[in-house]
Amino acid sequence: MTGEGGGIVPSALPLEHVHPGASFSALLEGRGIAPRWVVGEGTADLTLAEATTVLSMRYADGVVMAGDRRATAGNVIAHKRVKKVYPADRFSAVAISGTAGMALEMIRLFQTELEHYEKIEDMRLSLEGKANYLARMVRNNLALAFQGLVVIPLFCGYDETDRVGRLYTFDVVGGRYEEQDYATTGSGGAEARSFLKAKWVEGMAEDAVLELAVEALVAAAEEDAATGGVDLKRGILPTVVTVSDAGYVEIPDERIAEIAERVLEGRP
Amino acid sequence: MTLPYYVPPEQLIKDRADFARKGIARGRSIVVLEYADGILLMGGNTSRSLHKLGEIYDRIAFAGVGRFNEFETLRVAGIRYADLKGYSYNRTDVSAKGLANAYSQTVGQIFTHEVKPYEIEVLVAEVGDDPDDNRLYHVRFDGTLHDARRFAAMGGHDERLAERLDVGYRDGMDLAETIRLAADALEHVEEREIAADGWEAAVLDRTLERRKFRRLGADEIAAARSEGRSEA
Repeated sequence: MTGEGGGIVPSALPLEHVHPGASFSALLEGRGIAPRWVVGEGTADLTLAEATTVLSMRYADGVVMAGDRRATAGNVIAHKRVKKVYPADRFSAVAISGTAGMALEMIRLFQTELEHYEKIEDMRLSLEGKANYLARMVRNNLALAFQGLVVIPLFCGYDETDRVGRLYTFDVVGGRYEEQDYATTGSGGAEARSFLKAKWVEGMAEDAVLELAVEALVAAAEEDAATGGVDLKRGILPTVVTVSDAGYVEIPDERIAEIAERVLEGRP
Repeated sequence: MTLPYYVPPEQLIKDRADFARKGIARGRSIVVLEYADGILLMGGNTSRSLHKLGEIYDRIAFAGVGRFNEFETLRVAGIRYADLKGYSYNRTDVSAKGLANAYSQTVGQIFTHEVKPYEIEVLVAEVGDDPDDNRLYHVRFDGTLHDARRFAAMGGHDERLAERLDVGYRDGMDLAETIRLAADALEHVEEREIAADGWEAAVLDRTLERRKFRRLGADEIAAARSEGRSEA
C-alpha cells in the first residue's frame, strides 16, 4: 500500500497544497509515495500464495476478464463466493491473485485513486497511466511480498484513444508487461493459459469469447485444487466481465449459468 | 509609537462584505433547479475547460461563482474531503451536509481572518433516491449557509433570477423544460442571448448508476431549447 491518506479523515476542509517545485521526484517524496524497496525478514516462497485463476483476453469489441470464486487458506477452502474481478473505472477492470485481504484493499485504493484523478483533472488517466500506477502499488508491497503476502493483479481495459482492448500483467517487484492476446495469473493460471493458447483466435465474437473464458476456468479448476469450479446446483459461477466501447459490463449470472451448462456438457 | 486607527467591527465587516459582493457581481450567474429525475446545474461559461460545475462524489455536485482560482481551490478540497471520507468509511457516509458545513467553516474563517475575503459563492447539491431527499446547500462569501428547496440562484443577479425562477417553476418538470426555464431566466437577467456552446450545464441524474453526475453537451441544450420553440 502507498499509505497515502490512509484512514486520516478530515474534520475540516483539506486545503493543503503541494509545492513540488520543478522536480518530479520531490513531488513523490513530498507525498511519501516515492518508490522504495525495503526488504523485510523472512524467506517465504514468492510463488506459493496465489491460489486463484483469473484470466483476460482480447476479443472483437475489447477485452473480457474472468475469475473463479474460491479463496483458500492452506488446504482449507476459506470462502466459496469471493469476487476477484472488479471495475477499476468505467473503461478498465482489475482482477486479483494472492493474499485476498491485502489485494481487496489495494483494489479499493486503486479505484479511489482513478476516480480522484478523474474528478480533479476532469479527464480519465490513459490506460497506460492506470497500469503504471497499479505497478507502483504492487512495487510498494514488495517488503510484505518477502513475508509471503504476495498480491499480483491482472489489469485490462479499453483504450479510449486507440479504441482497442489491452491487457497488462505484473510481477512481484512491480514490473508491468503488456500482453498481446491473452493473460492469466494465479495457481491455475498455467493450465488456463495452455487452454487459451490452443483455443484463442483473433477477433472472436462476444458469445464465443465468453464460452472460452468459462471453459478455460473449468479446465483450470480440474487441475488446480485452489481454483473453484462451476457449481450449478449451489449457483457458484465464475465472474465474467467485458470492457468495450460500452464500458465495463458484468455478465449476469443467468447468462453465465447457461454457458457453463453447455461447457460442462461438452467436456470430455 | 503611532496608534493604529480605530475601525469599528461593524465597519470592518461591512467593507469586507461590500468588497466580496462587488467581486461576485462581476461574474456570471449560476442556477440550480430540481427536476423530475434529479437536479440541473446551469450557467453561462465561455470557457470549455475552466469549469464552474463539477463532480464531487457519487450523488454530490459542486457549483461556484466569482473568482475561478478561489472556488477551484474549494472544489478540489471538496473532492479530497469526500474521497478521504468515502475511502475511510463507506461511500454512503459521504453527505452534502458534511461538505457544506466544511465549506461554510472554511469560507467563514477566510472572510474574517485573511487579508482579502474570497469573492465567491458555492453551492453543494445532492440528489436523493426520492425528490424529497434532494439537498441544495448555498454557502455565501462570509460563510453563511442556507439550504434551498426546489431551486437556487447565485452570482450577480441572484435576486432577480430567483424571482424569475419562482414564477416559472413547477414541481415535477422534465429535463428539457427545466433547461428552458433556466436558460430563459439567465438570458433575461443578463440581457443577452447565449449561444448553445456558451453554456455550461450538468445534471445529477438519479436514474444513472453509482455516479449520478453527467455534463450536458451543447447539442442537448440546443435540442431542449428548440423543442420548446416548436411547441410554442
